[in-house]
Amino acid sequence: MINSSPLLRMEGVSKRYGGVRALEKASLEIWPGRIHCILGENGAGKSTLIKLIAGVVAPDEGHILLDGKAVSFASPAAANEAGIVCIFQELSLIPDLSVADNIMISDPPTRAGMIDRKQQRICAEEALAQAGAEDIHPLALVKDLPLSRRQMVEIAKALARKPRILILDEATSALTAADVTKIFAVLKRLRSDGMALLYISHRMHEIAELADECTVFRNGQKIETYKAGSKTNTEVVELMIGREYKNVFPPKPVKKSDTKLPTLQIINLSWTDRLRDISLSVQRGEIIGLGGLDGQGQRDLLLALFGVLRGCSGQVLIDGAAVKINSPTMAKSENIGMALIPEDRKTEGLMLPMSVRDNLSFAALHRISKGGIVDSAREQKLTQEMINLLAIKTANVDLAVGSLSGGNQQKVVIAKWLMNKPRIILLNDPTRGIDVGTKQELYVLLRKLADEGAAIIFYSTDYDELIGCCDRVLVLYDGKVTRELVGAEITERVLIASALNIDMEKVVHA
Amino acid sequence: MNAILDSQIFRLLRRFDPAVTTAFGCILLLLVVGGTYSSNFLSPEYLLQQLKVASFLGIIATGMMMIILLGQIDLSVPWVVTVGAMMSCAVVGHGTVGAILAIPFGILCGVAIGLVNGFGVAYLRIPSMIITLATNAVAQGLMVVYTGGFSPQDSASPAMRYLATGFVIPGLPNSVVCWAIVGALAVFLLTRTTFGRAIYGIGNRERAAYLSGINTRRIVMTAFGISGGLAALGGVLLAGYASKAAQSMGDAYLLPAIAAVVLGGTSILGGRGSYLGTVAGVMLITLLQSILSVMQMPEFGRQIIYGVVIIAMLLLYGREKLQR
Amino acid sequence: MKDWRFWFAEQRGTFMAIAIFLMMFVIYISNHPAGFNANIVQTASNKGVLLAFVAMAQALVVITSGIDLSIGMIFTLTNCLASWLVTGSPLQVAIGVVVVLFVGALCGAINGAVVIYGRLQPIVATIATGAIYYGIALALRPTPGGTVDEILADALTGKLFGFIPASLVALLVVVLVVWIPFSRSVTGRAAYAVGSSEQAAFMSGVPIKRAKFITYTLAGLLAGIGGLFLTFFTYTGEAAYASGNAYTLFSIASVVLGGVSLMGGRGSAIGAIFGALAFRTIGDLLFVFDFDPLWQPLFQGVVLLLAVSLSAFGLLRIRNRLEWFG
Repeated sequence: MINSSPLLRMEGVSKRYGGVRALEKASLEIWPGRIHCILGENGAGKSTLIKLIAGVVAPDEGHILLDGKAVSFASPAAANEAGIVCIFQELSLIPDLSVADNIMISDPPTRAGMIDRKQQRICAEEALAQAGAEDIHPLALVKDLPLSRRQMVEIAKALARKPRILILDEATSALTAADVTKIFAVLKRLRSDGMALLYISHRMHEIAELADECTVFRNGQKIETYKAGSKTNTEVVELMIGREYKNVFPPKPVKKSDTKLPTLQIINLSWTDRLRDISLSVQRGEIIGLGGLDGQGQRDLLLALFGVLRGCSGQVLIDGAAVKINSPTMAKSENIGMALIPEDRKTEGLMLPMSVRDNLSFAALHRISKGGIVDSAREQKLTQEMINLLAIKTANVDLAVGSLSGGNQQKVVIAKWLMNKPRIILLNDPTRGIDVGTKQELYVLLRKLADEGAAIIFYSTDYDELIGCCDRVLVLYDGKVTRELVGAEITERVLIASALNIDMEKVVHA
Repeated sequence: MNAILDSQIFRLLRRFDPAVTTAFGCILLLLVVGGTYSSNFLSPEYLLQQLKVASFLGIIATGMMMIILLGQIDLSVPWVVTVGAMMSCAVVGHGTVGAILAIPFGILCGVAIGLVNGFGVAYLRIPSMIITLATNAVAQGLMVVYTGGFSPQDSASPAMRYLATGFVIPGLPNSVVCWAIVGALAVFLLTRTTFGRAIYGIGNRERAAYLSGINTRRIVMTAFGISGGLAALGGVLLAGYASKAAQSMGDAYLLPAIAAVVLGGTSILGGRGSYLGTVAGVMLITLLQSILSVMQMPEFGRQIIYGVVIIAMLLLYGREKLQR
Repeated sequence: MKDWRFWFAEQRGTFMAIAIFLMMFVIYISNHPAGFNANIVQTASNKGVLLAFVAMAQALVVITSGIDLSIGMIFTLTNCLASWLVTGSPLQVAIGVVVVLFVGALCGAINGAVVIYGRLQPIVATIATGAIYYGIALALRPTPGGTVDEILADALTGKLFGFIPASLVALLVVVLVVWIPFSRSVTGRAAYAVGSSEQAAFMSGVPIKRAKFITYTLAGLLAGIGGLFLTFFTYTGEAAYASGNAYTLFSIASVVLGGVSLMGGRGSAIGAIFGALAFRTIGDLLFVFDFDPLWQPLFQGVVLLLAVSLSAFGLLRIRNRLEWFG
């Protein structure tokens, strides 16, 4: 099928969250009867792009044109009305309703004002069959299904809406290989029926199989749109990585021989099906990176170490002595001295309406108090030290921390833990959504802390950071450590290849 | 130096929470209205009498405030108040030892119920509204069994009467002194101790407080214990004031206590609010009640006006943020 | 798996409530000095039905993960109103019934509006509206009194064909006319969706506000029906504060016993009805065992405390402690 005009066109669309630009003057054309793949690293702006098209958030500037007419969707429901249906990464299924209820949630067949369950079930079964998921019973409750089945329900739900534009955001991430094959057949059939598909995936071979055209995003900007097959994998990876932050990292020290006892050692740590037999050790002064695609167990590993997860098996040794850490309270205690910079500073790191001072001293209250009474003078002194150390820009310490910029908020989160003088520092993607300048300051700070004797585990979704900051990098895939890279081995190509769990040689020589 | 000066100005400004200012404004308005209605209303004796009435509510509302700061609610207040009153009176009957132990025993009973609430909320993660309703029912059941369903015959000890109606400081009723002490302790606890910091932290974002290594469960349980103890202390004082305990004497304190805290600018979602606001809320409620009774407003009118005033004030500054 | 198994799994809470009720009822009847007869069933059902209506009302709101602490006061208010209006000529009685039910629904709608459009927390908002409703009830009936059409009252509280309690039939009719259509409507399903996951419901384009508003309104209506029946049983209206509060409390207890999740999204009003009947029977059990009736409030309180504590077993399954914080 040949069409002369795109079904959907975005022109100069931008979106900011607070001070951070998630998408900057992006343009995109989506044509009927084609599969358009979007590529980019974590945080490149892909999710924001989809949310804009699907009506979850509204753009700050620019236009979205559907059939040549400007549209603005007030809600996902409005976008659905217009024929745009999105399969989100965070599932939009309602756990306590049945599969059939969920598939037909937006527009169920009714008779005399009541939902016609028989008809609904027939429609749901059709949709499930269309998605190749006949094995799912339409009356099962969604919350009782395993993740991969839920994902199939999500796909069936999208198909039941008979969309003109179907957006799949990492829709295959939880699927089995057999499911993926079925879904691909479905997607190709939909393409030949004239549907426009937008496909977001990290998996290169999926893109190679499906794509008609590809667009690469990086740092919220569109880099290039090209015809599928016109570039080698290597070239695509180069496009995704970019060359922006060169030489912003402090030099790494020459590695001394490890004769001392490791500060932190983990042996065969497992937790549910998310962490499988993880072993690692960190020396004083060492920065260990955790790499891999998002959601391969890195966060769970940090939480497990910090005493948040229940039912972990395996051993944790601090300075060679086995410890059982059951709570963050225990993790931060004097003899363990652990600190966790959490993933989401707004809900896990800070109390936004409280003052900078209150936030800074919150994790170190025992250090600034005697008998439970806060020593204001000492608090003032220590918080001021931290503000100076991290160069936190705040007019005064009584301001609500929520009024600071993202970068300064993140500095407060880190400072509040440094006040405790931790020996082991766990960082969960600490540079997400902060500006380049602040990032650079953090890199220097991390190295300084390491030089002063801290053992650091650093999870980042930004490969550049892993390369620039870390002495060693462990790559996780599906809850397992699949590769350990040391020193000069840590390169972009190897990191990406092992993250995607594809053979490195193929990428290098592709 | 400049920074320190700035900081002090800021702290001063923060005291003038618009909600607290509004509440005090309303108090002035009520005084003016009352004064024009009857000149008696502004006499020192009458105002002192109001302060005395307010002190019971003030003590109970102090406990409620801690719970609301945590983002929870304590609906067991009515029968904890009654338990405090009845149990202290009950002990009085047992000779000198009983007379000495009366006040602490009444308070301890309240603490015990509060700790059950706290355990349910903190460790069993039962919504506070539900568990406190349940303990309220159990407390009621216990008291009904104990009294046989009638007003108990025990009377308050002289010490309880003295605490509620006597004068240590000439001219200032002891119950007001009690409230002042409880209030001062509460302010100290909330602003100067790690416990107070933790309460605000948990109320704002329990998840972040937990990840900061705060033992959130212990803090929550302790706060409920304090709230129970203060409600029972309120009951002890009320029993001393009336010389005896009575069935459902606490019913009249639940809604006013919550209203006083919320009208004083403490967010019902937790984490935000000052004790000064609660003081304002308590006075506001007490004056409102007093004016309505001076005007001989029947009970139904008071109930309606309460409800309307609370909804109106909440709509002014207690709304949730819009999503998206 | 067979279809019925899924259906059974979905309604497990309801079946549990039915089982608890039957067990309690059998114990009650088999120990009753007078044995099983129509009069005992009639008395039991008349007492149980009142709470059943209020529990249904509470269940609706709880399904959307809200709470209505004014429900007992709506019940009291409509009782007082009915003691004025449901009397006189048949036409006047009919109009009276309609007005009483309308006022019940209106109270519910006000709650809904305050919670949804005023964006206030349901707990505080409904405590405050509860005070207003109680005030109005007190204005209507400063002292207990009033009257009600006795023919209608006796018909609805007596026996059909000499052995079927009429109040039970009335309850059944309400279930068929109000609950069943609601639960199978698009709005009803939206109410479940909102209670289960408001975020996912929003993403799926479910009419959140409409669902909540209609639910609160229907809850008011059901509480109004309860208030009407209270008038039929007592022939008077009384603005009893303690009784109104007790009904609010018992409605929550019944909902919990009836397998409706307080987190929303799960359970049914039918479960709540059986929860209410079971709760009433538990209270009455003490009588047949010759316990002092004074123990009844304590017994009910303890049962409630245990019932709410049972939900804590779910905590054992949580592997990530951050889930404690929702």
